[in-house]
Amino acid sequence: MKRRNLLKFAVLFAAVAISPAHADALADLNKAGVIKIAVPQDFPPFGSAGPDLKPVGYDIDVAKLIATKLGVKLELVPVGSANRVPFLQTNKVDLVISSMGKNAEREKVIDFSDAYAPFFNGVFGPANVMVTKVEQLAGKTVGVTRGSVEDIELSKIAPADASIKRYEDNNGTISAFLSGQTQLIATGNVIAAAIFARNPPKKPETKFLIKNSPCFIGLNKNEPALLAKVNDILAAAKKDGSLSAISQKWLGAALPADL
Amino acid sequence: MAYRFDFGAVFDYTPVLLKGIVVTTELIVFGALAGVAVGIACAWARTQGPRALRAPVTAYVELIRNTPFLIQLFFIFFGLPALGVSLSEIQAACLAMALNLGAYSSEIIRAGIVATHRGQFEAGASLAMSRMQVFRHVILTPALARIWPALSSQIVIVMLGSAVCSQISVEDVSFAAAFIQSRNFRAFEGYIVATLIYLAMALILRQLLRMLGRHWFGRSAR
Repeated sequence: MKRRNLLKFAVLFAAVAISPAHADALADLNKAGVIKIAVPQDFPPFGSAGPDLKPVGYDIDVAKLIATKLGVKLELVPVGSANRVPFLQTNKVDLVISSMGKNAEREKVIDFSDAYAPFFNGVFGPANVMVTKVEQLAGKTVGVTRGSVEDIELSKIAPADASIKRYEDNNGTISAFLSGQTQLIATGNVIAAAIFARNPPKKPETKFLIKNSPCFIGLNKNEPALLAKVNDILAAAKKDGSLSAISQKWLGAALPADL
Repeated sequence: MAYRFDFGAVFDYTPVLLKGIVVTTELIVFGALAGVAVGIACAWARTQGPRALRAPVTAYVELIRNTPFLIQLFFIFFGLPALGVSLSEIQAACLAMALNLGAYSSEIIRAGIVATHRGQFEAGASLAMSRMQVFRHVILTPALARIWPALSSQIVIVMLGSAVCSQISVEDVSFAAAFIQSRNFRAFEGYIVATLIYLAMALILRQLLRMLGRHWFGRSAR
């Protein structure tokens, strides 16, 4: 009795495990005339609720771009960061455009397109501070939030005579930069964009990257046709500047050339 | 309670802690000297000084005594640059401590002055001493002797209060503890060590102030 149950489970499990690998998602969604895309709902500026409670953000604009180029209707599915991959695995969505970084664990279960959005930690500062690489921090003051990834990484690579000022939280780091107490600020590009958006007298422009982990579009494994199509659309959007326009709109900076 | 202490992880950062001790010492030496000087000046202004000075000095004392030290520090460090006055974090911390101690100590010193019998002023005046001489020798010295224990306590309080200066990236003892904590997540050990350092510094400072009091005021300072 016990053994038979176990067998049943095994069969059931195999069926579930196989199901995402269905014939051809691209053909399916073309037939249905609609593409379902998972987008973030609580991660501005990539995705958050707009004034009319509809999602807005970088990821939503990319989703719209993809749907338009595919010539199908777009259905946005708001997701949290924990359930992005399960939504894809259970075929509730066709694509995940949810500021997702690539890592080995995720690559075991889903595929990734080319990068579509910059996501990095770096050093930012106004145009008149000439810094393009970490060695040039010598003699400069850089503000950073203590214990953050930027702090740990920058502390390893910065020259000894760079003055790293460590603050309790992002607010302190930002205030120190804006009030001129530090010449540069080491933080994430999203935070730099948020500072930029407030249009302060000192605009944080990207000087160099500390750690780069750009965002990729997630899709199910064994969907070569859909993957190729998405990559084609991204490549075209990078070429004609429409992706860069989205980056400019939400992150306050053009798409990095090497993305 | 299966927490395993690892103080070795903290002592890997001994240079950071040593620098913290040096910075905290600098803060308190400067803060105490400047603060008590400001306090004496303000106490003089409120008791003997020209009438025009009294209102602004009272305003300063009450402003400082009725607002949080952290806010005063942030105002000086983050706020003043908007007016074109940019101080380094150490300068801002020293200034904030001097202003803070100045306000509190002026009230303590004033209490000592007020407690001095009027007959002493008159005795000084009758010896043909100038107003300044009377203030210095007849009023201030006995006043300080009287309030020395209270003033010592206030100086120690300000020294301990300097821990918040790490908020504006001053690399003092509390910064060292927070830094160690952010690097190896040994918060418990880091803060135990910081606590012991502050305790030792406070005891040494108290002893030092007591010796100074004996030296300046003899037996009358208890």
